[in-house]
Amino acid sequence: MKFGVVTFPGSNCDQDIIDVLSKIMGQQVENLWHKNHDLKGVDMVILPGGFSYGDYLRSGAIARFSPVMQEVIQFASKGGYVMGICNGFQILTEAGLVPGALLHNANRKFICRNVYLKPATSHSLITSDLDLNKALKIPIAHGEGNYFARPDVVKEMEDRDQILFRYCDEHGNVTAESNPNGSLANIAGVCNAGRNVFGMMPHPERAADPILANEDGLGIFESILKTALA
Amino acid sequence: MKFSAEINVMPLKEILDPQGKAVTGSMKNMGLAEIQEVRIGKHISLVVDAENEAIAHEKVEEACKKLLANLIMESYEFTLKAL
Repeated sequence: MKFGVVTFPGSNCDQDIIDVLSKIMGQQVENLWHKNHDLKGVDMVILPGGFSYGDYLRSGAIARFSPVMQEVIQFASKGGYVMGICNGFQILTEAGLVPGALLHNANRKFICRNVYLKPATSHSLITSDLDLNKALKIPIAHGEGNYFARPDVVKEMEDRDQILFRYCDEHGNVTAESNPNGSLANIAGVCNAGRNVFGMMPHPERAADPILANEDGLGIFESILKTALA
Repeated sequence: MKFSAEINVMPLKEILDPQGKAVTGSMKNMGLAEIQEVRIGKHISLVVDAENEAIAHEKVEEACKKLLANLIMESYEFTLKAL
């Protein structure tokens, strides 16, 4: 499978994802520059974490209008797979490719620590191979990760099974205490109605290498390969 | 013709504004407990080149809707002035 990882000015997780996809998963990876006008025939685009364009105005707001994003939006509209992690998720919401927005964390702090995630559905490319009863330990690192959408939008997403991950405790219980940033309904990751665009605040690429002593994120990349190549 | 626009972007009322909340707390600490419900947004000023005020208004509307404000979490208002 051929992945495209976009680098915006200010991206800082692009190389981590490239390493996981190429060295751990053994896949072909193209690094796509934000000024690119073509996606070089990739099967899936990943928008990495970081602070694209310095997070000026709002996280992801400026990146959404970069040349490469016009290609990504077109690719997604034709059913192409796109995944945004952290800042990548913020860019996807700004582009309107997934519902909702990411507000400042409720406690106003930048939070960088491990949290637990409960996969909410198997019915998506990135969660297809995950055990729904196992809490995954995955790090977050963001100041604006407080997921928000209007109640009717959240209801529609729940009805359509578009919630992919919820923050939980280490036993998989979705509780108010295990919600690190104030996200509505503990939402940590979602997909669009077409189920080809995925966004999540936590960083699975920071938990997918044995050298990091945490491989809980690996299942997400394995899900992608198993399902896309099936 | 050139027009100047003064734009205010504010977090929606139903959304928690942690920045405003922290500043409200600070008001109390500095002895100004009378000051309440601080909310913090952005002020943006720009110049727009347009044939007339109606077109200038339309351009600023578009800028606000597409980029300057995220309508899921923010509202905007602006005034225009011929330069």
